[in-house]
Amino acid sequence: MYEILNNIFGNQAVAWIIAAALPLFVFILPFALFAVWLERKVSAHMQDRLGPMRVGWHGVLQTIADILKLIQKEDIIPAEADKKLFNLAPILVFAGSYAAFAAIPFSSKYIGSNAEVGIFYIIAVSSFVVAGILMGGWASNNKYALLGAMRSAAQIVSYEIPSAIVILTMVMLTGTLSLDKFSQIQTAYFWNWFILGGPGDGLTKFLLIPFMIIGFTILYISTLAEVNRTPFDIPEAESELVAGYHTEYSGMKFAMFFLAEYGNMFAVSAVITLLFFGGYQSPFGYLGNSFNIPWLVPIEQVFWFTFKGIIFVFVQMWLRWTLPRLRVDQLMHVCWKFLIPYSFVNLIIVGIITLFR
Amino acid sequence: MNGLKQYFKDTWLGIWTVLVGMKVTFKHLFVPAVTIQYPDVRVKLPERARNRLYVNMDDCIGCDQCARACPVSCIEIETVKAVPGEDLGTTSNGKKKALWVTKFDIDIAKCCYCQLCVFPCPTECIYMTDVYEFSEYERQNLVYKFATLTEAEVEEKKKNFEKFTAEKEAQKAAARQNSSASATAKAKAEQKPEQPKTE
Ligand code: SF4
Ligand code: SF4
Repeated sequence: MYEILNNIFGNQAVAWIIAAALPLFVFILPFALFAVWLERKVSAHMQDRLGPMRVGWHGVLQTIADILKLIQKEDIIPAEADKKLFNLAPILVFAGSYAAFAAIPFSSKYIGSNAEVGIFYIIAVSSFVVAGILMGGWASNNKYALLGAMRSAAQIVSYEIPSAIVILTMVMLTGTLSLDKFSQIQTAYFWNWFILGGPGDGLTKFLLIPFMIIGFTILYISTLAEVNRTPFDIPEAESELVAGYHTEYSGMKFAMFFLAEYGNMFAVSAVITLLFFGGYQSPFGYLGNSFNIPWLVPIEQVFWFTFKGIIFVFVQMWLRWTLPRLRVDQLMHVCWKFLIPYSFVNLIIVGIITLFR
Repeated sequence: MNGLKQYFKDTWLGIWTVLVGMKVTFKHLFVPAVTIQYPDVRVKLPERARNRLYVNMDDCIGCDQCARACPVSCIEIETVKAVPGEDLGTTSNGKKKALWVTKFDIDIAKCCYCQLCVFPCPTECIYMTDVYEFSEYERQNLVYKFATLTEAEVEEKKKNFEKFTAEKEAQKAAARQNSSASATAKAKAEQKPEQPKTE
């Protein structure tokens, strides 16, 4: 992406800034606006309500109105707060979720950074969020915020283990860390997706399927916990902790936490799509290829990638409005006594199968 | 071994119950919403719903019964008697009106919508309407003034009545003087009859 922009503008700095700002304005903001609306609609319809209906058709412009309201709000900093850290925390949290987008391949033509260590990079920067959350909770000087931040840190750190093990399994299977390669391996038909055993045929493909499903389930659950969504929304548990680590935040800073949460939701869905569901590959081949229109292919890829991502975001919302919140001990129980052992055994079995491929 | 079996059972149960729950919520995604888009669509009120009061002043005879029935005393009525020359007309059910209602205020902010004022009214002119949206920015605006007379008219009626009473007083005073002599005789005549002696 950067090279193309550099060719167009002939100036490295301009190309760099545009390449950095592009995913934010083209994707994350519109997606967050859409996802907040979707969340409200999904929750409403699951409870036999209607949700926002007033602003625009079925309330589609509701989030824009909300953002306008948030921008106008007074920026309150508690008197006893640690001002520097307090102001830094939302930026850090947002930067963490934003940085993950740099390595996500939206299509074969658009990747912020086609780093060889894409998936490793995503795991690394998404842990950034923990620091931001802890910082925000600590700096607020509020018992609820601090408790929320502590819980959040404990939760994210423990759930990173199963998700890292599952990702390790996949890396072992494919022999690459590059997310673009992950997509390329799972060529353009759904039976080549890793959830269905990956490309190729023969016995190993079918042997892999159940372990892939287990891996997918573990990764889905643990990423759900990493983005603090129900049933793992213990850090923000409204009924116990007011709003958790962002209790004291208002206006734009609150909006940044919010944006980061929805950005993260998509980021983890994207990782799952990339690892198990073919990445940006279409499930049924490309129209562009069959009609010989080469420029259509990347557009289709962007469509399929966003579509799959949104499906997983939808499932996250679906789970949120289905399940009650876990208790802290249950949370740790699920992670250490179930997810980690399963993912370890899964890792070993997939390793053995890989040996005989 | 038993423990391991239990472990797998628990895992399966955990996943299975989540799926069951998801099925339930997914079904509800397609159940028609129960929400009513309120200002656009309204539910029909029940037949005997109690909302804002209305007083039809054409029929009010100023009998003050509603004000006395009200448990929170939010109705304030002031009346002035009509002088003989004036004709106030009759109510729709044929009762003769004899009082000018100079003030008929209902403080809707205090009203508890108990409808107790409605039943005693002899002419059925105070009743509940189906209006329930009447919020105001000033609490003062919730005092509803039903009296139809203007202030000037009220003054006029009061003066008329005062003049009338003054004239009447004067007449009475004159009459009393005339009859003072006969009054004493009359008083004597009306004395307690003597008790017949029994001894
Ligand atoms: S409804 Fe009840 S409270 Fe209201 S004015 Fe009538 S008697 Fe008073
Ligand atoms: S009871 Fe009816 S007639 Fe009597 S004062 Fe009240 S409203 Fe008027």
